[in-house]
Amino acid sequence: MTSIGTGYDLSASTYSPDGRIFQVEYANKAVENSGTAIGLRVKDGVVFAVEKLVHSKLLVPGANRRIQSVDRHIGLATAGLLADGRNISNRARAEANDFRELHRSGIPLKEMTSRIGQYVQVYTLYSSVRPFGISTIVGGVDKDGPSLYIIEPSGVYFGYHGAAVGKGRQLAKTELEKLKLQEMSTREAVLEAARIIYLVHDDAKEKEFELEMSWIGDETNGLHLAVPKDLLDEAEQKAKEALETFE
Amino acid sequence: MNRLKSGEVNLGTSIMAVQFDRGVVIGADSRTTTGSYIANRVTDKLTHVHDRVYCCRSGSAADTQAVADIVHFYLQQYSQQSGTPPPVHIAAAVFQKLCYENKDALSAGIIVAGWDKDVGPSVYNIPLGGGLFRQPWAIGGSGSTYVYGYCDATYQEGWGRDETVNFVKNTLSLAMSRDGSSGGVIRMCVITEEGVERLFVPGDQLPKFWEGREVLGAAAKKVLEPVPMAVE
Repeated sequence: MTSIGTGYDLSASTYSPDGRIFQVEYANKAVENSGTAIGLRVKDGVVFAVEKLVHSKLLVPGANRRIQSVDRHIGLATAGLLADGRNISNRARAEANDFRELHRSGIPLKEMTSRIGQYVQVYTLYSSVRPFGISTIVGGVDKDGPSLYIIEPSGVYFGYHGAAVGKGRQLAKTELEKLKLQEMSTREAVLEAARIIYLVHDDAKEKEFELEMSWIGDETNGLHLAVPKDLLDEAEQKAKEALETFE
Repeated sequence: MNRLKSGEVNLGTSIMAVQFDRGVVIGADSRTTTGSYIANRVTDKLTHVHDRVYCCRSGSAADTQAVADIVHFYLQQYSQQSGTPPPVHIAAAVFQKLCYENKDALSAGIIVAGWDKDVGPSVYNIPLGGGLFRQPWAIGGSGSTYVYGYCDATYQEGWGRDETVNFVKNTLSLAMSRDGSSGGVIRMCVITEEGVERLFVPGDQLPKFWEGREVLGAAAKKVLEPVPMAVE
């Protein structure tokens, strides 16, 4: 196999001759094919928005959520394999509970991200497992204010003002860069996030999607909650209007 | 429960911690006993667990040292991993967990006090069963039972450093004079954002209060003369 230059992608525990781990790169491909997920870190909180592609008209509306609550003050959105996202959020919840039990206070976001990062990284070490096919956006508000992170399939993580993963991430990122995120309120960010998801959705390729949104900020009293129905409707309405005038 | 083994070293103690606007003052007597024998008359019961977090130990010397060592190790690890000094409530929560989960094996009454960036000064009391209570001031050990009334009557909010130091010094002196298992010298620490200042009051310079007088002796000397009944 070595003579023909193949066989380096069969396991996560094998490097290629130029130092890459192909299984991890394939995991990134799984993320790239997923519906877009974005996160905005603004003045007083964090907003999540997900373009949830609906693959069947028979599905109950609101099924297969991709935004999860991890603790009172932490939310998590994933792009990639849905089931892997559930596994990560289960682990994140266990970590949040562990921390609460020992420290009698909520886990700081930095600590939560580091723990998820370690967990994900371990799945890049062994031939018996497959790396996570998701990128995870973790966000929330702790005593140091709002913060937002992305954890990639390799286990690396970075902090962001605006985060975008999945199919439409390139366009979403350029849109996020135009915003003055540090001066924005969560309420304004909800409208912007909805607009970006509608903008990056490619209705030539995918027909239907559901907009899934949640927020954490002063208005939710530091809790991670779904965006209320009336605000979500308003955001969708405005997003559709903005789409008309965009190009 | 709460029985020392025969020969076990006891901190039959007077300890206390009081918060003030900029920090906390903690204090303790210095007596360590094995039964009626004073095993150490200059003990330091104010134990460092992190840069700005200390604890006052009462109960079994061995148990409280072991618990403080575990918390010290944990807080070092915590500050390395988080990159920030641990808040006082985290230290207190770890003490509480150890004291509660091992309550049948331990004899430990601990007061945790210190200063952190989030809330400033704070005092946590962890009595025998392993409860956790935040208080503006806390007293503990066998000597504390004699001075609850004094503390209730004296303590006031809004004190500065010097008033608080005097309050701790007076309270401990009173407790040490009444409690046979407390005595020696007074050790105190003032913990603020700037640092930890250690104070020491030698045993012959303790604040003095009313110490009684020879009432019976005086009465015996005074002979009562019979007074005849008044007649009109």
